[in-house]
Parts: sequence; structure tokens; C-alpha cells
Amino acid sequence: MNHSSVPLIFAATIALLLGALVISLGMGAVTILPGQVLAVLFRHSDPNLSRTTVAIVWDLRLARTLLALVIGAGLAASGSAYQALFRNPLADPYIIGASGGAALGATLSIILNLNVVMPAAFVGALLAVALVYLIAQAGGHVSAVNLVLAGAALSTLLSAAVSLLMFLGDRDLHEVFAWLLGGLSGRSWPHLQVAAPLVALGVIVLWAMSRPLDALTFGEETAQALGLNLFRARTVVVVAATLTTAAAVASAGIIGFVGLLAPHIARRLVGGAHRLQLPMSALAGGLLVVLADDLARTIMAPLELPVGVLTALLGAPFFLWLLKRGQPWQS
Amino acid sequence: MAKLSAETVTLAYDSRKILREIDLWAQAGEVLALVGPNGVGKTTLLRALARQLRPQQGAVLVDGRDAWRLSTREAAQQVGLVPQQAGGDWPLAVEEVVALGRMPHRGWFLPLSHRDRQIIDRVLGQTDLADLRHRPVTTLSGGERQRVLIARALVQEPQVLLLDEPTANLDLRYQGMTLSLVQQLAHGHGLTVIISIHDLNLAALYADRVALLAEGRLLAKGSPCVVLTAEHLSHAYGVPVVVARHPVYNTPLIAPSLIPKPNGDFP
Repeated sequence: MNHSSVPLIFAATIALLLGALVISLGMGAVTILPGQVLAVLFRHSDPNLSRTTVAIVWDLRLARTLLALVIGAGLAASGSAYQALFRNPLADPYIIGASGGAALGATLSIILNLNVVMPAAFVGALLAVALVYLIAQAGGHVSAVNLVLAGAALSTLLSAAVSLLMFLGDRDLHEVFAWLLGGLSGRSWPHLQVAAPLVALGVIVLWAMSRPLDALTFGEETAQALGLNLFRARTVVVVAATLTTAAAVASAGIIGFVGLLAPHIARRLVGGAHRLQLPMSALAGGLLVVLADDLARTIMAPLELPVGVLTALLGAPFFLWLLKRGQPWQS
Repeated sequence: MAKLSAETVTLAYDSRKILREIDLWAQAGEVLALVGPNGVGKTTLLRALARQLRPQQGAVLVDGRDAWRLSTREAAQQVGLVPQQAGGDWPLAVEEVVALGRMPHRGWFLPLSHRDRQIIDRVLGQTDLADLRHRPVTTLSGGERQRVLIARALVQEPQVLLLDEPTANLDLRYQGMTLSLVQQLAHGHGLTVIISIHDLNLAALYADRVALLAEGRLLAKGSPCVVLTAEHLSHAYGVPVVVARHPVYNTPLIAPSLIPKPNGDFP
């Protein structure tokens, strides 16, 4: 962690991300060169461009790619916040029940053929976390350990409920599986319009909480001695992280590992101070999901793989390599 | 007037009483040491003084005001705490950890002011950390890390500094350096310092007053010469103790005495 190199690392990551976005927009059944992609993005009313090219980039790929970015950034920022809140390098955005609730909501909607997967998953995630929070709270105090335990117990219960529904439901299970594995197939502007503002709001609030998050990494006693109102700080972090996670999970299903991995990469690059680590985490998470989605839709084309499978396939070995190189936890 | 005082404080975890009716105060400019056997409640008492554990009975007063009528933030502007189990397993730079001490004054969001930076620089110098300021705390030795935590508490600009076993994991040199620093802060800058400490000889050497806890009560309080006697100590710890005089400072020098065999003979 060299102080003077931090701006350089941010600049390089942003450049990498922009490059990945341009290349992603060119990838797929029809390959479009980066020059053409840029032309479409900045001069899409130019009459020299083919209508088809504009339609492919603008209508089919842009929203999906941006959604991948938004989801990755949101999951990574939430993961970052939870790792600090729980002082646990294994914490991820789903640790207190968001995925379980979303899965139950989505499965119900699919099995009952209600056609409201996104709102059902969103509400499911919020309700699950709210329930965990109420259980973990006692006398104006929310213990971090209770939150994790209640989250684990409720997640198990919810996932059992999902399995039961799948077992009893007579509909084709492929749709449920596809949702549970996380994917961006068929996602477009409407999804982005819902997810982007919520994720942006959540990430900004979490970033604003950088100083309290730094304090929380020292544990309750120290955080309190530094004047932090634990109840208030934890509530703000949980609400912001939950909104972000719920928006991400509702729009693309359960995409695992990004929220666990990206904060570790970010800490390696810019250190543990959340003022730097949280935005770097969001950038890294966005980049990871954009790249994973590129692979998901090209590697076995025309078949699309669930992006959640790819984030795990790519992320887990990378995480293990980080682990082998030295404790990522202590950079 | 006492800067910090416990007025007939009874402390309990759930219904299990740890300490009963403790009366204790510390003035500006003095070092008060809390001593006593393992598990007697030194840390519990410090937690109560730091407004982290609400007394079952009695009150903790900060500058004459009930600590529990202050907000967490107001209390942190007056009282700094260096806990024993203090983390430091997160890769933050020394400077970033120390800067957190300004949180009681700056709140959650306000950026550090020029004055905040001056205070941080001054304390980093005072605690001999200026050269380490960009190092991640995870790479520091135990002694260095302890200094970082003290620096963070000092940056809070508290009137009272509480330290829980500040010398527990330190070697002879760092024990002396740490306690000299807090003594100098008390005597030179008028800080009120309360430390819990196992090492009776260090307490005798550096504390102005000592409070000896035993069996859930305050057994004795006063100057080290008055409190650290063979009679008090053998009663509190349940073993025979020899008290001599420090050859240079004439403070009590406590040595263990051999414990007699069950038949009464000495080995």
C-alpha cells in the first residue's frame, strides 16, 4: 500500500473498466469492432451507421452491460460494508438473509405463475433482512453476532422453503434454477432503470459511512469509545447495504462470490480505509461481473450460461490464489 | 473537583454482581492504578468508567455530570479509552487509525480540518510514530501497535484517559516507555489517567495513587506506600507476599514469597 500510487490505481481500474465496457458491447452473435461501438455510443444519430448495428449496441447490449456493472458494484460495496460491520472476511452481501428472501419471493412468483419475479425478489430480500434485524435486536442494541446467527438460521429456513416449493410445484423447474444461479439473459432498460438508482443511492450512503465503518473494524468497544452510536451506525449500514443487495438480486438473481472477492482485491490494492476501499471495491465488482457476463454469453454460444456460475468459476480460483500468495485479510 | 468519579457504583453482568458499592475518584494531573487479582473486575470497572457498562446502582460522573446523561459522542470528547483487546487486524495505515480519534469532534462525515491534522501530527510525534505513519498497522509489532492505540486516544483530546492493561504484552523497555508517556501526560498536561494493571511494581513506580480491588470490593485506596503493603496484598491475592523498597525511588517493591506446602513447611 503505497500512498502516492492510489490515484494511479484508481485511474488504471477506471480505464480497464471503460475498455471492458466497450469490448463487451462488441461481443456476441454479431461482433462489432470497438471503433464502431464508440461511434454508436457518441454519434448514434449518424446516418452512415447501419440501423442494425445501432439497434444491437443500443437496444440489446448497452442496458445489459450497464446492469452487469451496476450489480457488480452494488454487491461489492455491500460485501465491503458487511465485512467491516461483522469484522469477518467471509461476510458477503447475502450474509443476513437477502438472498434467501429474494429466492423465496422469486420462486413463489415463478411457481404461482404471477409474472412479478423482480418485485417479488426485491420485497422478499427486504422482508428477510428486516426479520433478521428484528430478531437480532434486543433493547435498542443490535449485536453483530446475533445478526450473523439469525441471518444464517433464517437463510437455511428460506432455502428449505424454496426447495420444498420446487419439489411440490408442478411447473418446469428450469426457470427457477436459472434464476437461482443468477443471470442477465434478457435483461434490459426497465431492469436498469429500477436497479441503477437504488444501487447508486446505497453505494453513496455506504461510502459516506466510511469513517464509522473504519471505526467498526476495531470492534464494538473501540467504536463506542470513539463516540460512535453503534445502533444508529449499524442500522444505516444494514439499510443501505440491503437496498443495494435487494436491487441487485432482484434484477439478476443470486450472483455469488463477487461481494466476497471484490473487497479483498480492493484492500490489496488501496488498503483497508473505506474511503478508498469501498469505491475501489465497487469498481472491481463491476468489472468482474461485466467480464463474467461476456464469458457467460459467448463461451458456449448460442447457449447462455448463468453468470453466477461463471463468477464462482472464475472468482474462487482467483480467491484461492490470493490466499496462497499471503493473507488477503491482512494485505 | 474530581474529573471522573464512581459514586457507590455496583456493577453486574445480568444478575451476577461483579463489584459492589465502589467509591473512587481521580483528579486532573494524576495517574490512578487499578490493581487486584485476575477476574476481580478491573476491566469491568474501567468499562463502567468509560460509559460502556451501565452501573446497576450508583453513578459515574464526568466533571460532575452523570456519564449516562451524555451521548456516546459527548462522552468520547471527554474520555478516551485504550482497550486491551483492541483489534488492529484490519489493514489501515497508522495515520488512518490515529485520525479516527477525531471522530468524536468531527462526527461521521465532516472532513478533517487543518487543526485536526495539526493535532494528529503533534500526537504522532509525541508517541514516536511519525516515521511509521504510512505503515499498515497489521505489520507493526505489539509495542508499536499499543502506541498507535494510545495515540488514537490522545488525538481525541480527552480530559480523562483510561487504559486497560496497557503493558500486558510489552517487554521491559516498552512497558517503561508507555507508562512514562502516560505519566508525563498526566503530570505535564493535566490529563487524568486511570490504568488497570497486573504488574504491582509498575503500579508502585508510575501511579500517584493505587486502588486495590478484592472480592468484589475496593479493599484499599491511596498512595502506593499505603496500599501496596504485605498485609493488603496477601489478603487480596491469597498468597504470602514480601514488600521491600525500590533502591532508587523508595517505592514499594513487591516480590512473591514461597507458598508453604500443605504441612506448613517451606520448600
